[in-house]
Amino acid sequence: MGKLFDYAPAPESRAIVNIGASYGLFINGEFVDPVDGEPFKTVNPASEEVLAEVSAAGPQDVDRAVTAARRAFDTTWSRMPGRERAKYLFRIARIIQERARELAVLESLDNGKPIKESRDVDLPLVAAHFFYYAGWADKLKYSGYGETPLGVAGQVIPWNFPLLMLAWKIAPALACGNTVVLKPAETTPLTALAFAEICQQAELPPGVVNILTGAGETGRALVEHSGIDKIAFTGSTEVGKAIAKSVAGTRKRLTLELGGKAANIVFDDAPIDQAIEGIVGGIFFNQGHVCCAGSRLLVQESVADDVLERLRRRMSTLRLGDPLDKNTDVGAINSAAQLQKIRELSQIGEDEGAERWSAACEIPDRGFWYPPTVFTGVTQAHRIAREEIFGPVLSVLTFRTPDEAVEKANNTPYGLSAGVWTDKGSRILSMANRLRAGVVWANTFNKFDPTSPFGGYKESGFGREGGRHGLEGYLR
Amino acid sequence: MTLTAAAIPTDVASSDAALRRFLHGLPGVDQVGADARAAALGTRSIKTTAKRWAIDTAISMIDLTTLEGQDTHGKVKALCAKGVRPDPTDATCPRVAAICVYPDLVAIAKEQLGDSGVKVASVATNFPSGRAALSVKLADVRAAVADGADEIDMVIDRGAFLSGRYLEVYDEIVQVKAACGVAHLKVILETGELATYDNVRRASWLAMLAGGDFIKTSTGKVSPAATLPVTLVMLEAVRDFREATGRQIGVKPAGGIRTTKDAMRYLVMVNETAGDDWLTPDWFRIGASGLLNDLLQQRHKLTTGHYDGPDYVTID
Repeated sequence: MGKLFDYAPAPESRAIVNIGASYGLFINGEFVDPVDGEPFKTVNPASEEVLAEVSAAGPQDVDRAVTAARRAFDTTWSRMPGRERAKYLFRIARIIQERARELAVLESLDNGKPIKESRDVDLPLVAAHFFYYAGWADKLKYSGYGETPLGVAGQVIPWNFPLLMLAWKIAPALACGNTVVLKPAETTPLTALAFAEICQQAELPPGVVNILTGAGETGRALVEHSGIDKIAFTGSTEVGKAIAKSVAGTRKRLTLELGGKAANIVFDDAPIDQAIEGIVGGIFFNQGHVCCAGSRLLVQESVADDVLERLRRRMSTLRLGDPLDKNTDVGAINSAAQLQKIRELSQIGEDEGAERWSAACEIPDRGFWYPPTVFTGVTQAHRIAREEIFGPVLSVLTFRTPDEAVEKANNTPYGLSAGVWTDKGSRILSMANRLRAGVVWANTFNKFDPTSPFGGYKESGFGREGGRHGLEGYLR
Repeated sequence: MTLTAAAIPTDVASSDAALRRFLHGLPGVDQVGADARAAALGTRSIKTTAKRWAIDTAISMIDLTTLEGQDTHGKVKALCAKGVRPDPTDATCPRVAAICVYPDLVAIAKEQLGDSGVKVASVATNFPSGRAALSVKLADVRAAVADGADEIDMVIDRGAFLSGRYLEVYDEIVQVKAACGVAHLKVILETGELATYDNVRRASWLAMLAGGDFIKTSTGKVSPAATLPVTLVMLEAVRDFREATGRQIGVKPAGGIRTTKDAMRYLVMVNETAGDDWLTPDWFRIGASGLLNDLLQQRHKLTTGHYDGPDYVTID
């Protein structure tokens, strides 16, 4: 991008959002003070400004929430005809649409993601998920997974798509007749609390949705609570493994959506300009805080130089800065801890001899930021080619033949997603068959739709969210 | 930098087969991806100082056009006056880049514009269909140049292009370019008839290889005329062509660009695809008629803070 046409600041107004000074826990349809929890602060990662004080639920609070959810399950929600449950879900979906701008601003404030993403990606998908699963509520007998709900679902979600992950968890659970206790991530609790207000606004029966804010301890108490019938977790593979251990031998059902190290595979006959967009969108969308991010670029050697040249040129046009500016492409890293992790792994990449290139962009004085970065000369043996960085850092590897591309793509403990770029339809189909990944995108990347199941192979977890398949985890 | 797409063989124009090998060897364009990229750029929010700059830049890039059977000397004179002084109440308002007319009206436009700096562009080669003998098309061009046209907007033979007779299209452009003499040649691809983005990319390269100074989307007589994704593909083509050959080619979307918002989107696309070097009237033009008054009204609004309406700008 040049210097002649200098886009003036175009900030979205935050006046539409009303953030309280402090929040309690949402239990049995009301905001209540924690019994044995501690308050903590949530900050705007773009400015380090404290947005609100939030309560960390303690074990007794978890017990209260599970009890409320159980009562709601037994007395109302599981007994309600599907068509009636659907009405509540449709109502929630419509309220989300009505309040979309407010929720988008709130999401960007608490998470650091650019407003254009929260506005154009997160919020439309959130509403779409509720609409989609509302449609299933009275048609469960056609799902192929039974019609009987499991009971109380304990749900723990990450900070990268706070409200969207909430929708992925709550919409199918409620459609199937389950009640939920959901814990949003420690650093991004605000849109979940706004969602609690929406449940009130929709006059959802008390106890059907309970929101407990807190950190790892709260999550552990929820997962280990004996009154939970089903755990649904999205987050790191490390925590996922711990959860799997803790529920082993119990009657609890479990679905896990964990990390990834997706290969984005570019063949020499790819539509190159669109592939560049797909590479950029694959790794720099949401600052790379995406479990299915295309963090490994596998490019055919014959076009590698061309692709990399174009990629660097395109990366130089990315606009990093104020997440609320409508022209921002890359927002803030969600937390100091995550920034530290990204820096450490990048340093390891350099130490291991990979060549680092970052787009020249001005880093704001306050807040947590990392420039879009690409590592070349990376091999399968490098840690940055194996470990999930969960940041705007791309590792580039090359291949010579389709077989080699498949081998390298599959040579990872993960298996969440992959991308294939080629003009040849038959090659797309053959690659999709051979790639061990839950989602394979062809000539696109990071496309989501509520009708499409999403989930992993291997250490990326098990169970599917979205689509008809997403009902399986909440029915028996 | 050596781009794979840009390795141009020296005998590229030796035969239909050689041209086909080269043009069909260019990377494909994924339609969904190109549309998505164009739509994403369309969401840029251009405000305050950036908007001011963009409005004035857009005005200075307009080829103010009248291409109707009912055109008269009077109409062309009025258009010329408008082009030289788009806003008679404001001396800071830039003039347009050119006035674009049919060949028989070139002389009258030239006389009106004089040394104002506004150029005379003329469509030629049996615009808009291009269906005439080559000798007729060349005579059309020579007549316009003789009457003082600074720029010639030719149409390619889409029939020949679509049936794969690339060499015929190439040779025709070469001959028209020769007939232009010192006049600049804009090559109209009529992308609405080429249908696919792959074809748009190939036609762009063909026109550039044959010596066109500008590539232009449309005649304005076929729907769709200019679109953002088509212009994106053409901007990528001129960017890549310069990297391959060192020669810079201009781009002109024409037809269907009516509002300030539309014009902003095109400028954003130039900015983020081809860059600063194309952000001048020498290298980017917008073929339009109604657009100018919308730009002027938005310009007033930025100055006065309120929208004063169509009676406060002049019609031509």
